[in-house]
Parts: sequence; C-alpha cells; structure tokens
Amino acid sequence: MIGAIDMFKTKFIIAAVAAMVGLSTVSAQAAEAGAHIERQSWSFAGIFGTYDEHQLQRGFQVFREVCASCHSARLISFRNLAEPGGPGFSEAQVKALAAEYEVADPTADGGVRPGVAADRWPSSFANDQEARDANGGSLPPDFSVLAKARGVTDPFPNWVFNYFTGYQEGGVDYIHALLNGYHEEVPETAPEGFELADGKYYNDYFPGHAIGMAPPLSDGLVTYEPGEDGVTVPETVEQYSTDVAAFMMWMAEPHLVSRKQTGFVVLLFLVLFAGLMYATKRKLWAGIEH
Amino acid sequence: MSEHSTYTPGNAVEKWLDDRLPIIRFSKEHLMDFPTPKNLNYWWTFGAILVMCLGVQIVTGIILAMHYTPNVGLAFDSVEHIRRDVNGGRIIQAVHAVGASMFFVALYIHMFRGLFYGSYKAPREIIWILGVLIFILTVATAFMGYILPWGQMSFWGATVISNIFSAIPVVGENIKQLVLGGFAVGNPTLNRFFSLHYLLPFVIAAIVGLHIWALHVPGNNNPIGVEVKESRDTVAFHPYYTMKDLFAMVVFLIPFAWFVFFAPDILGHPDNYIMANSQVTPAHIVPEWYLLPFYTILRAIDFNVLFIDSKLGGVIAMGGALVMLLVVPWLDTSKVRSGTFRPMFKWFYALFVINFIGLTYLGAQPAEGIYTVLAKVCTAYYFIYFLVVLPVLSRIETPKPLPTSISESVLGKAHA
Repeated sequence: MIGAIDMFKTKFIIAAVAAMVGLSTVSAQAAEAGAHIERQSWSFAGIFGTYDEHQLQRGFQVFREVCASCHSARLISFRNLAEPGGPGFSEAQVKALAAEYEVADPTADGGVRPGVAADRWPSSFANDQEARDANGGSLPPDFSVLAKARGVTDPFPNWVFNYFTGYQEGGVDYIHALLNGYHEEVPETAPEGFELADGKYYNDYFPGHAIGMAPPLSDGLVTYEPGEDGVTVPETVEQYSTDVAAFMMWMAEPHLVSRKQTGFVVLLFLVLFAGLMYATKRKLWAGIEH
Repeated sequence: MSEHSTYTPGNAVEKWLDDRLPIIRFSKEHLMDFPTPKNLNYWWTFGAILVMCLGVQIVTGIILAMHYTPNVGLAFDSVEHIRRDVNGGRIIQAVHAVGASMFFVALYIHMFRGLFYGSYKAPREIIWILGVLIFILTVATAFMGYILPWGQMSFWGATVISNIFSAIPVVGENIKQLVLGGFAVGNPTLNRFFSLHYLLPFVIAAIVGLHIWALHVPGNNNPIGVEVKESRDTVAFHPYYTMKDLFAMVVFLIPFAWFVFFAPDILGHPDNYIMANSQVTPAHIVPEWYLLPFYTILRAIDFNVLFIDSKLGGVIAMGGALVMLLVVPWLDTSKVRSGTFRPMFKWFYALFVINFIGLTYLGAQPAEGIYTVLAKVCTAYYFIYFLVVLPVLSRIETPKPLPTSISESVLGKAHA
C-alpha cells in the first residue's frame, strides 16, 4: 500500500515536471505571419528517424546546382558528405568532388589550389557585401544551420504536445512551405493595401511576404538520374523542395541519426534502471512505516 | 554534531587520521548516519537532484570550455564545431544546454516545496536565505551562459537585460558600461561573461555547502512540519535516503535524456541559430523560459509612479520580487509550518502556483492587448501573496490540529 502511494507521488511529480516544462516554454516563433504551414512527413522525424540517403543525395544535387550559386554553407566540409549518417558518398567521390572546386589559399602558388576533402564548402562570394551587391541588396543566408534557425509557431495548446512528440522539424516544414509559397502576382490573400517593392517577390510564408529571392526552383530544373533499380523520382518543385529541405536538415544536424540511436538506448536503460532502483528502494524501506 | 557519530576508527591509520583531520568521521556523521525524518515525500528528493544538476553543469561546462572560443567572430562557429567535430561534443553540449532548463525545473520545484511546507520558518531561516542567494546566482549564471553561443537571442537578450542597469538613477549608465565593458554588448561583454560564467558555479557550489551545513544544524523539515522528537521519528540518511534520492535522480534523468536526445533544441529559440548581428533586431526578443516570470514582472510596470518612471519602476519590481524572498521567514509568522494543516493557506498557495505559471506564460507573449492586463494582475498577486496574504493569514487562520509526532502521524496514515 505504501508502495502504491509512492507510485502515485512519483507519477504526480513526473506529471508536474512535464507540465512545468510544457506550460512555461516559448515555442518557435521565427516564422510568423503568413499562412498556416503544413507539416510534412520526414524520414528523420520521431525517435526512430533516420535520413534517407537517396533523398540527401538528391537534395545535395539541388543545393549544388541551384542554391549554392548564392547561398554559402561555411560550416560544411567536403569530408562531411562521406561521414556515416549522411548522404553516403564514398571517400573517392568526395575527393573527386572537392577537386572540382578551386579554393582560396594564401599559402598556395597563385593564391588558389584545387580543393581537398578537408576543405570547407567554398562560398560564391568573397564577403557579405559582395553577396548583397549580387542579390539586389539582400543577403542570402548561410545554409549551415538554417534548418534549425527557422521554425513554425503553433497556437496554444498545440505546441504543448510538441514536447511529448519531440517535434523538431519546424525549420524544414517552413523551408518546404517557403519554396512552394511563391505567387507570380500579389494574390488576393495578401494583407490589405500590400504593395510589392521592386525586385521583391510575393511569398505566402515569408515574414512580411516580400522576399528578395526569386523563385529558385521550377519543374524540370534539376535532372535526377534514375536509381539503379530504375525507379524515377518526379522532377517537380514539390519534390525538389522536400529533398533540399531534408539535405539542409542534415547540414544543420549531421549527427542526428546517431544521436537518436544513442538516445533510444539511453532511455531504455534509464527506464529499466529506474525500475530496478525502485524495487531496491522499496525493499529497503519495507520494514519502516513512513 | 558528534552525538550522531558511531564512528570508531577501524585501524591505526584511520585513528592517526582521525586525530588530525577527522574527515572520515565527518563524512560518516553527515553523509551516512545523519538522522533524517522518515516521512519525507518525493518533493524532498529535489535537493539531491539539484546537487546532481550542478555537478552535471560543472562537468559538461568544463569540457565545453576546452573547445569554446569567447570571441565575437568565432564563438558561434566554435559552438557548432563542438557539435560537429568534437568527440561526444553534440551530447555534451546538448546536456549542458538542456541541463540549464532541467536545473531550473528542479530549482523551482525545490523552492515551491519549501514555500508549501514552511521550510523557511525558524530555525531554518538561514537555509532559506542561502537558498535564495543560490537561486539569484543561478539566474545570473544561466543568463551569462546564454550569451556565450553568440546567437541573435544571446545578443539581444543581453542588450535588453543590460539596459536594466541604465534605469538606476545617476550612476546607472556608468554601471551598465562597467558590466558590458563598453557602450553596447560586444567582445568585452562576451569575454567577461565567459569568465564570470566559469566562476559563478564554484561560488554557487560553495554556498550550496553552507546551505547543507545550515540544514544539518536543525535537520530536515518534513511534510507535517512537526520537529523530530525522538529517534524513532528518523532513519539514517544512508542507506534510506541515499537510495530514495538515487532512485529519484534516475527518474529525473528520463525527461532530461528525452530532451537531450530527441528534442535538444525545443527548449531554445530558433533565432539563436542565427549569428549575433547588431544591425538586425529579432521580431520578438524572449529570454529563456526560466527567466520569464521575472521578465513579465519587469514589463508589467509600464506606468510612472510619482517621480519613478516606468523603466525604473519595472526594475524595482523585478528586483523586489527576488529580494522579497529573503524576508519571507518574517512575513509568514504562522506557528504551523506545513501547508497541509493550514486550511486557508492551501488555497492561496495553489493560486500562487497557478499565478507563477501564468507569469511564465505571459513573459513569452507580446506586451499588448489582454496580455498587459493579465501581466499586471499576476504581478500584483505575486506581491500580494507575500506582503498581504502570508502576514494576514498568520493572524486570522485557525490551523488544523497537528499530530504530536512524526511517528504518530506515520502510524495514523498506515492504519487509515
């Protein structure tokens, strides 16, 4: 009976801890205004989530052929592309890829040399100002951690559940929505009296709706090689945006898979250990009225 | 405290040591034989959990400091370097960041336990005061730690909070410049905050030592608030409470690990993954969740009172909300410690808990519309609870009859 009371108290305390954490926290608020952002189904979501190698390779292709002409990824090294849990390129592929790029190196003859696997991803622009000048005054943000620097705002009480489901995909949901949120002309859903400045584009999901980036993707823009099994993937904006968002998540969190795998083992251990500890504690206290 | 000691040196070496530095005797008295009320519930395990939290933060923090670079140009990338390239770095960094939140969860529960069971009342006032000092120092440490990743929220949080100092009349601006090491948050700020963030946990650890020392003079309070009368009211700390505390720690680690491994960023803010930029202000500047109740109180004072403008008023209110805790033992003069036996207190206390959660929630909302009204109401109740409710209840409330001893209460419960 005493054990039952302890159980009750323990449950109560766990519930209180959870409630305190849940009720009192700020949820992601980076992407505000704009339409409701649909949650996508990501292979890396949830406690058993893993990256889909093929998707990351496609996403890398979109990044390299489209995004990288303006966006940098200064924290990513070529070698990362061959690390476990990532797109799964071979070391030889990465070496060959790196060698295709010229890297600035003040200690090399002529100041440049072919890239090696240890080099960081080269930026298209020498500095922020050059990037602004080439993009109508807007600075294309660096991609390294961008997928974690964006989020979605859920109304109360929906965000409370995020703590229990471990929802961490707000950034990729936002990026996916943004890439599919362009309008050729200002739509009727725009805020009243909205005027689009020159050189800006209307986007449903961008805060303030006027985004400096022209619609970067269009159907058929990137040619996906059919897989070894002959399976083809649609060459659509929807598909490109999903793939590149997944790749951006990998860039922001390259060790996500091993983190979740470790976490599963850790949690399993802790739950079993807590059970044993409880049994020991109960046995110890059995003879004592308390 | 030697009366609790059953220590007899086992051999000549222990005897020799005992005559010169009785550290084994001391440890046995205080960590093993210490008589502890046998009716403590699980709310009492948060003291031990907090010791664990402090230890986790210090150990992970020392490792992080080996790889971190406190420079405005390098800090952001060095944290990413830890996450990406340092062996085990992503877990150590996540444990440290999530650990700060878990620390405050435990800290708030520990304080609310003290407030309900009257643990601050004589002869335990000093324990409570030291605890409040630990809380204030922990807030300061956590705040400075949040600056170190040098993201947008780090920078703008520091900018907003350091402006508090400029509200102080006459010398405010000078104090602010002294704290920041310049006119605005910059490299000198980052350097000194890093230095202090490394120092303060050891100061906290020292005060925790005093806190436990002060606790070991009268011994623990307990859920019925009746002092220990005889030895059968107590059990030895070890193995009874070491075991119970260890079990509670493991349970506490479950949500802790959940956040570390499955949602390490959910307690933070996406904007902090954007490197600090003094030219771009985030749409909402929000401090970490554990500072929100006091942030709400700061913002709630948006009106002038006589010669005190709203800015200074907010700072006084926020500082007052913390400093007032120091005198709680003299605001609540009720002879009965435990809220269990105080029929009226219970309700005001429950409302106070809800009100505090409300203050936290409001801190994350924009200061507009209904939220500003609610913030004023919640702030008012926070002060009314301490300054009016506690003193008045002490005089008018008729408490329920107390059990004569812990043993009687325990037996009554078992047979009920």
